[in-house]
Amino acid sequence: MAMEQQSIWDATDTLSRPVSKRDIFFDKVFRWVTHAFTLGTIFVLFYIVFKIGGKALPVISEFGLEFITSTTWDVNAGKFGILPEIWGTLYSSILALILGGSFGIAIAIFLTQDFLHYRIQIVLKNIIELLAAIPSVVYGLWGIFVLIPLIRPLADYLHNHFGWIPFFSTSLSGPGMFPAALVLSIMILPTVAAISQDALLAVPLKTKEAAYGMGTTRWEAILRVMLPTASGGIFGSLVLGFGRALGETMALAMLVGNSNDISLSVFSPADTLATLLALNFPEAGEYEASVLMYAACVLLLITLLVNIAGATIITRCDCRSMK
Amino acid sequence: MKYKNVFKAAILALSVIFAGTGSVFAGDQVRLTGSGASFPAPLYTTWFKMFSRANPGIQVNYQSKGSGAGIRDFINHTVDFAASDAAMNDREIAQVKEGVQLLPMTAGEIVLSYNLKGIKALNLPRNVYPAIFLGKIKKWNDPAIMAANPGVKLPDREITVVVRADSSGTTFVFTKHLATICRDFKDGPGFGKTINWPAGVKIVKSPKNDGVTATIKQTPGAIGYIEYGFARMTGLPMASLQNREGKFVAPGLASGQAALANAEIPPDMRVWLSDPAGKKSYPIATYTWMLFYKKYHNPQKAQALRKMINFCLDEGQKLSDRAGYIPLPDNVVEIVHRASANIK
Amino acid sequence: MNFKNSGNGEPLQPDMLERRHFEVRTLKSIVLSSITIFAAVCACLPLFSVLIMLIYRGGKRLNLEVFYSLPPTAFETGGGFGNAILGTLFMIGLAALISVPFGIMAAIYLAEQGHCSRIAQTARFCAKTMTGLPSILAGVFAYAAVVLIMGHYSAWAGGIALSILMLPMILLTAEEAIKMVPSPMREAAYGMGCTPSQAMVKVTLPVAMPGIITGVVLAVARAAGETAPLLFTALFSDYWLHPNGPTASLAVLIYNYSGMPFENQIELAWAASLVLVIMVFILNIISRAIGQRKK
Repeated sequence: MAMEQQSIWDATDTLSRPVSKRDIFFDKVFRWVTHAFTLGTIFVLFYIVFKIGGKALPVISEFGLEFITSTTWDVNAGKFGILPEIWGTLYSSILALILGGSFGIAIAIFLTQDFLHYRIQIVLKNIIELLAAIPSVVYGLWGIFVLIPLIRPLADYLHNHFGWIPFFSTSLSGPGMFPAALVLSIMILPTVAAISQDALLAVPLKTKEAAYGMGTTRWEAILRVMLPTASGGIFGSLVLGFGRALGETMALAMLVGNSNDISLSVFSPADTLATLLALNFPEAGEYEASVLMYAACVLLLITLLVNIAGATIITRCDCRSMK
Repeated sequence: MKYKNVFKAAILALSVIFAGTGSVFAGDQVRLTGSGASFPAPLYTTWFKMFSRANPGIQVNYQSKGSGAGIRDFINHTVDFAASDAAMNDREIAQVKEGVQLLPMTAGEIVLSYNLKGIKALNLPRNVYPAIFLGKIKKWNDPAIMAANPGVKLPDREITVVVRADSSGTTFVFTKHLATICRDFKDGPGFGKTINWPAGVKIVKSPKNDGVTATIKQTPGAIGYIEYGFARMTGLPMASLQNREGKFVAPGLASGQAALANAEIPPDMRVWLSDPAGKKSYPIATYTWMLFYKKYHNPQKAQALRKMINFCLDEGQKLSDRAGYIPLPDNVVEIVHRASANIK
Repeated sequence: MNFKNSGNGEPLQPDMLERRHFEVRTLKSIVLSSITIFAAVCACLPLFSVLIMLIYRGGKRLNLEVFYSLPPTAFETGGGFGNAILGTLFMIGLAALISVPFGIMAAIYLAEQGHCSRIAQTARFCAKTMTGLPSILAGVFAYAAVVLIMGHYSAWAGGIALSILMLPMILLTAEEAIKMVPSPMREAAYGMGCTPSQAMVKVTLPVAMPGIITGVVLAVARAAGETAPLLFTALFSDYWLHPNGPTASLAVLIYNYSGMPFENQIELAWAASLVLVIMVFILNIISRAIGQRKK
């Protein structure tokens, strides 16, 4: 508190006089500036949408919905379809969500339900948060040189013995859906874990105590009381993690194999919208650039919907818990 | 207000960085930016570094992005010059109002490198390697490959085909060759800087020659097309290909020069060797071009570029062989020297 | 694993409430606990693996030379990424210079107006939406809005692309931090005759400053590792920084070199990753230290 008091004392030195014209002028300018910057923020988003959407518009009217449902990408023939990329984006994100989501929630439970000594809990929490700090190119590099060689024997085994399951129907050649989804799941895990922790911590202590008071085991309390009470926030964390996975670019561009196929097999190479942009945008002529802008619009739309949904769920839960 | 200190520190740090860069503004250097083909990039970057060292007033920055990206940058005027193995087609040239001067700067061979443990030499007949890229041959121990390689123990492994993810002159030259020698390829995917690879091939796409080379190196059972120099520098084995006369020829300086001997440089400098004749010729060889505007707004830049071209033609060619490229024949050097005067 | 350690203060009567080890409920509890512990350990493995590989493969290559020399060409040995470090610092500096004042000013407006103003609501919504903007789209946007208009790749375009990613993060954290300041303090300032902006600048902002700085530092740390927005804006350069031309950055260097088949470049990619991760971690620790001091 010392700090605040001091600053107020600073202030009184200059304020023991009526408000001067200069002060009023300053006040007006200041308000005007904050107002302008706020409008600027809104403007930035609209300008981005305008720039991307504006370029895409002619192509949108030319291709229409066929663009989303067609599977060929042939620059020479002028045929463009991004269904494989949409599929790859959703499939990799869903795989990542299943893996990263379940691990993330498990960690959130582990960190909030008194499994650990307070200090270890903090250390572990920091480790998980540091996972989020590692840049995605570094994960990509690690994926190429560490993860792919590591999972190749496992993938070969699964393909040879369980090849009849559609998920393992092709062999892993190197870059592919599986390593990409693994790295993605590591990247969204901290998001899921952090927000789920907040949700679990927001459950009033009394609720938990009441459960224990009724003689539940720890896990009965967690599964029947804590998780259902925090479910809104946890669900929101999953949606936000999903949103993050959808837009991730670099690690995927390095690991996914960039081949526009639709395959259920997790070992086959695939492509996503973000990597399509990253790899094709630098060389696109004016026309292809518009086509890619259309793809960018689709990506923007998907991520916006998911993120807004996530944010809304979390805000609504916050409001409810406040009541 | 102790956070004033944090601010002060941050502002100080920023101003040091900005001041540090400000000092660079001072010198009036000519800076040339180029981008494009990855095929000759190792050679070009070495040339430009040597050139910049020999001419302190000029700095040439070349970024390897793929031929397609280079052409796009060139059309958008975001670079001073570009490089492409597919030259530029008429439609692209028409988009540059200053006029385009294409200059072949070096030549190279496209090799098929593979990753098979313990197999150092491999013969691929004319009917086999297009079939691999069409997805008709899917396994390394396919009878067609076995027949051409008696005594080689080929594994029962799926072939992973590594191709370019970006728009590439290497792809253009390679697919043009395939389309010339194989009807199915011509009628199917055709040729171009990017093509629609047939479904059913197990494909991994990777950006640039670098990426394809790295992916082959990391992927057991992979095959892909790259520039000779990339394969030699990384020690990847290269297949001997069957040429028009039916001989299996390993890539190298001599076989490349034999192939290039077939080409006559026309006035617009665009020439393709889709299937060179000659018993010793390696079947896939190509010139690679730099792209310049005919008219530069800044005469200093044009002068610097001409200087750079002369350097590449005289000093640079001595390096080509060592780097895995084919030096331009003397008569071609002469032609290019003369054509470079068009850059003003 | 048993009730005595759980610290929830259940009333334990030794005889009546003795734990029965083989009851299904207890077993289920044990199994689930082990799964959770296993999951937590698994989640830490990647971090350790990444760090160990960075230290092992990057540390091997890390020497003084990499800090002051330029990237090597394919045939050269040695070389470094001094220009990339400088480029990264320059571009995040530029991005911070744009987005920090912008974000804080807008945050002040949002915090002042609260939920009443429609503009504030819209801006908050826009900011939240922008946090989810795929970073590649920031690059696409900056290419269209800056590179094509300036006519060349430049550090300025890279900085602008990064600032788009930083802006919403700074705005939202700053707004939270300002809102956390107890309103009686501000009211006291009003009571002493401050204009609202004086109260904001002299009372509220200083108190909220730790929270704001934490947000800024985290945003900077995130921007330092971003690659996608720089790919088509700053591109890369083999020479020292020149803001009007293509500019090298650590992230793009790692991306470019990781795809190369040459040992020397791959080693440099690892070394650059180590430097980048150290930079990012230091920023994270700084932000944490400031955040802690707040409490």
